[in-house]
Parts: sequence; C-alpha cells; structure tokens
Amino acid sequence: MGGLTDFVENFGINTEALVARMPVILEGILVTVQLTVLGALGAMAIAMILGLAQSVKLAAVRIAARIVVEFFRGTSLVVQLFWFFFVLPLLGWQLDPLFCGVLALSLNYGAYGAEVVRGSVGSVPKGQYEAISALSLSPLRGMFRVIVPQAWALMIPSLSNLLIQLLKGTAIVSMITLHDLYFQVDQLRRTTGTWYAFGFGLLAYFVIAWVLVAFMNALEIRAKHRIGRGPSLRESLGQLFRSPGRKQIGGELA
Amino acid sequence: MPENTPTPGAVPEGAADGTPHLQFRDVVKKFGDNTVLDDLNFSVSQGERVTLIGPSGSGKTTILRLVMTLEELTGGYIDISGQPLQYTERGGKRVRVPDKQRRRTTTQIGMVFQHFNLFPNMTVMENIIEAPVHVMGLGRDEAADKAEALLDKVGMAWKKDARPSQLSGGQQQRVAIARALAMDPEILLLDEVTSALDPELVGEVLGVLKDIAAETDISMLIVTHEMQFARDVSHRVMMFDQGSVVEQDSPEKIFTEPEHQRTQDFLRAVL
Amino acid sequence: MSDIWSWEHAAAALPALLEGFKVTLLATLLGTLIAVVLGLVVAIVRRTAPRILSLPVTGAVEFIRMTPLVVQLVFANLVLSQFFETLTIGIWVLGIHYTTYMAEVYRAGIDSVAKGQWEAATALSLPRARTWRAIVIPQAVRNTLPALGNYAISMFKETPFLIVIFISEMVNQAQNYGANTYRYTEPITMAGLIFLAASYPMSLLIRRLEKKLA
Repeated sequence: MGGLTDFVENFGINTEALVARMPVILEGILVTVQLTVLGALGAMAIAMILGLAQSVKLAAVRIAARIVVEFFRGTSLVVQLFWFFFVLPLLGWQLDPLFCGVLALSLNYGAYGAEVVRGSVGSVPKGQYEAISALSLSPLRGMFRVIVPQAWALMIPSLSNLLIQLLKGTAIVSMITLHDLYFQVDQLRRTTGTWYAFGFGLLAYFVIAWVLVAFMNALEIRAKHRIGRGPSLRESLGQLFRSPGRKQIGGELA
Repeated sequence: MPENTPTPGAVPEGAADGTPHLQFRDVVKKFGDNTVLDDLNFSVSQGERVTLIGPSGSGKTTILRLVMTLEELTGGYIDISGQPLQYTERGGKRVRVPDKQRRRTTTQIGMVFQHFNLFPNMTVMENIIEAPVHVMGLGRDEAADKAEALLDKVGMAWKKDARPSQLSGGQQQRVAIARALAMDPEILLLDEVTSALDPELVGEVLGVLKDIAAETDISMLIVTHEMQFARDVSHRVMMFDQGSVVEQDSPEKIFTEPEHQRTQDFLRAVL
Repeated sequence: MSDIWSWEHAAAALPALLEGFKVTLLATLLGTLIAVVLGLVVAIVRRTAPRILSLPVTGAVEFIRMTPLVVQLVFANLVLSQFFETLTIGIWVLGIHYTTYMAEVYRAGIDSVAKGQWEAATALSLPRARTWRAIVIPQAVRNTLPALGNYAISMFKETPFLIVIFISEMVNQAQNYGANTYRYTEPITMAGLIFLAASYPMSLLIRRLEKKLA
C-alpha cells in the first residue's frame, strides 16, 4: 500500500492542490446538497400523501397508495434513476439530469417514508382518535390538527435515518452526468492520489451527514417538546449530535 | 322541568311529547363470536341521569361507546330524540345512517373518557375551543370567553395556557370535562372517569361533576365504580350483568334493598 | 425504433439480465453473510470490550454508516484492486457497510434480552462466555430476524451501486445492452420488474415473520 506513504509525504502539496480545486469542489458539494435537500422535500411530500392515503376510508385509495409504495420501494433506486435518464427520453421526455436525480430520490425514499408515516400515524394512541369522534371533529381536521402533530414527533427518528440514506444515495448521480461531490473527489484523485482525495471526500460526506443529523435531532426535540414529552431545544443542545437510529430495531429500510 | 337535585322518585318527566331522549331498541353488539350486548332495550328521558353498574366485562362501557358511535352496532337501533343514530329502518330494512348525519347527531353528545384523551399538542385553552370553533363555527373570542367560564367552573382557569403533560391526572380530567361541556351537549357520557386517577385525586373530579349535575339539565349516562357518587347524582341505577339488565330502580332502592341475588352479590363485593 | 416496447429486444436482453441477476444474488447472499457475522462481532465488542478497543470500533462504525457506499466501493477498489478481484472487493465493501446496520440491530436485540436473564445466569455462576453463547445471543438473534431480513432485501436493492466499480450485476448488464443497441426501455424496465418480483414476496414473508414473533 504505497499510496499510504504518499499520503503522508505529499500531504502539503496535496492540500495546495485541494485548495486550488476548491471552487469546483464547492460546486460539487452544492450539487450534492441540492439533490439531498430537494430530494428530501419531494420525498417528504410523497411520504405524507402516500402514507396518509393509506388511512383513508375509501378502499380504492388505500389500495392505490399501497401499490405505488410497493412499486417504488421494490424497484431499486438505481433502476429508477436510469429509467428516468435513459428511457424517458426515448418516450419523448427529455428531463434535466438534476431533475431526474431529484425525481428518483423523491419517489424511492418517499415510498420508504410513506411506511414511516403510516406506522407513526397508526401508533398515535387510540384514545386520541376517539376524542376526535367524541368532539365531532371532521376526520380531515382531526388528522391534521391532532394526529399528524403527534405522529410527527414519532416519525422523525426514522425519517432521520432515511435522510442519511438519501444523502448516501445521491453519490450515484455521476452515472447520469451530474458533477456532484463524488465526481469532484474522483477528479481530485488524478492530482492527489486515491488516499488523499477519498480521505477528503469521505470526510466531507461525513460532515454533511452530521449537519443533517443535528438538524433532524433539533426537529425531534422541538416536536417532542410541543407535545409535552421532553425539554425545550434550548435545554437540550447536548442532544443535537446524538447518533441517529438508536431507537428502532431498524426495519424501515426494506 | 327536570329536578336539579335528585331525590328518589323525582325522575324528570322528559320531553313534552313523551319521546325518550335516548333509546336503545333490540340492541345487539358482538365482538367476533363474543356477544357483549344481547337484545338490550332501555331509554333515558330528557334530563335524566342514569348510572350503569355491574361487574367488569358486563358491557357497560360498550353501551356508552355505541352512543358515541365509537363502536358499530351489530343489531338493533339507537335513537336520539327519536332520530336514528347509527341505523334506521326503511322499508323493513336496516339501513346505515351516513357518516355526515351521524356526526351531526353526535355533536349533541359529549363524552368524558377514562384516560382523559386530551390532545397533547394543544394547550388547555386550545383543547377546549377546538371543537366549538371548528365544528360549531363559533368565533374564537366567543369560544375563548365561554371556555374561560367553563374552566372557572371546573377550577382550572389558572392553567389555561398549560399543556396537558404539565397537569395532574385529576386536573387533566377536569379540563376534559370542560372540553366536553364546551359543545353544549344535551347528552353527556361519563366512562369510568375516575378509574385512572390516584385515589387522592378522585374527589376533585367527582366534586366538579356533582356541581354540574346540580346546575344543568343535561341527560347523563354514567359508568362508574364509585357507588357513593352514583347514589348522589343519579335518578336511576341500572344493574348490568352479562349483557343484559338485571334490575333497575332509584338509587335509594338499589343500594338499600336490591331485589336480585346478583345485585346483592355485586354490591356486597364493591361496597 | 418508433415502437415503445419491442418484445424481440426484451427477449434478446433477458439472457444478459439473468446472467447479471446471478451476480446480484451472489453479492447479496455473501454480503448478507458477512454483515450477519461481523455485525454480531461488532455488537459484542462494543458491549464488552474495554473503551480503548470499543471506542475506535464505534467511531469506525459511525463513519462507515454515515458515508456513501458508492464512494466506499470506488475507494476500496482503487486501493485493493491489485490484491483482490473486483467482485470480492465489492462483496466485502457491501458486507462491511451493512455490518454497521446489523451491529445496531444486534445491539437493540441484546438490549431486549430481559435483565432477569443476566441475573439468573449470574445466580447460576455461569461463566460470561457461556452466558453470552447459550443465553443472550440465542434470544437476541431471534428478536432480530425480521430486521435482518429487511436489511438483506435492502442490500439486494442496493447491489446496483456495484456498477460504479464495473461489476456486471443486473443493472450494469441492462445498461450495457442499452448502450450497444440504443434500446434502453426493455432492459431497464425488466431489471426493475425483476427486482420487484424478487423483493416483494420476500418482504411479505418477513412481514409475516414479524407478526409471528411479535
């Protein structure tokens, strides 16, 4: 592993090369962040729609939502990405690669997210649903004013895991010509060698991931505080960098 | 006009035309193969307060939940002021009442639960005004004024901006009572409202309920294990066992000289 | 070219897809095996080893779990390709990536073994190793079976990431067929449907198992 000694010997020169390439690397980070944020927003919207549709009274709606969820969970992110990029143009739709990426990420992780939404809506205590009935609130109002705010606090830990999955999933988009962080790291490798470039690249992804985790933890603390199940955000800043996925036994991925 | 302080025998006369406020006709409720209520018939007149007693599992709570439409009838009918609640008879057939119409009827019915079921994401005040504003279409200010008066009545006005999680069980239950009353219910269902409370908190809740019983002419259907409370507030007590009425009479009569062996056994066990 | 779907192309692409599917299955099976075994080792190390050992293990697990599989694959391949075959490298990276998930699953499983079990073992003066092997692990593993299955399916659907190190799994085969013939519709659509057809029954099976164990 001669690369490792190179890594130590050439650390100074490599860092100069890194600084010189910083503008394009920052552009790569921007692409990765764009894909992550837009993909997450799209996935969240889809998760909410498909998740809540599964608790609708009309069986046709429930079944349709179920089919869409199973379809996008079952067909693999990469296949969906390639389908939007390679197949859709043949059918007459030429999509911007970034849009392809966001679309595939939204649909795939949205389908996983729908399971999380469905599960957490289902685990709001039965008494809450009964109180909605007893007060004659309409099902829609009860759902959005009472159930979803409580389910939201329950679903954040799993959504946090999915968000990290989504970030990691974005690294495939150089296959559809996007110049994301991974692409720029691979370019950097040509001047600095593998160890330095990938050491930097992995660390950069790691830092982005932790920023996302801290954000999600903050959301969770706030949501729990709002339903009276925890301290306020100001009182629990120490919890911000708690590792994700420490609660459930981990089944929401498949 | 109904009596406000119940004395044995002084049962309210009910609506002028004699229609019962609440009527069960041939009601059957099954959970799977398990028959909980078997061909049950009884009625409650306007302003009457009826307490259901009996061993657990005898179907008392199910009766309240059927009136609140939290459970679906298996057979028979329930009428509210002569109007069908869950099912109606049309051309000799039993027809389901549409959800919209059911909800219209149930706005006249309030329920207080064993586990309070306050909404944890809302303050005390928000809990109370939610339904008046969004179901009855009251203005926010008007609803808030009314809520304040009700909170005053249950002694919780000082906690109106608190969240349910910051309250004791007894306080939560008093808020839940105010929340049910904010809808101006004509029928109030009380489902073991003190069973989930620590013994030292039972008194405050029952005290509030006794005051309300004395001040209003809301018809009430009560399930409770507090026999003294049942005696104090009800016009009539119904003894239940295995899905049917064993006997019913004034509290005075039931608690002093019950006729049936099963009632005697039950009262000996709980008193 | 004008027709949207050509059955001839579908038939022509199928052999290559199935060839790729074999690689996909192989990678999933071996990757799962690695994750199942290493995950347990990691979970036990984190639980029992002194901090000087468990702390770096925890750090490594977090790092691998929070960085992209794609980048790890390319990195490992660049560094190790002179020593190992690409497929071997790919399977190990896949396995080690999922080890970090499995370790978390085992941790939760171990935590779910009742405290009374440990106390009973102590009361019987069972040695530590025996307690782990005969009492804790059997119970923990049983609780983790559904999650294990779910991660195996998840890994199955992530094998197309192996395309970045040019392993000819199914999606790579599909893309190659498309690049050679300019017919992407059939191979890519079929690849997706094969994933669906294989993973959906599996996840139904696991849901049933979940209910049974619950």
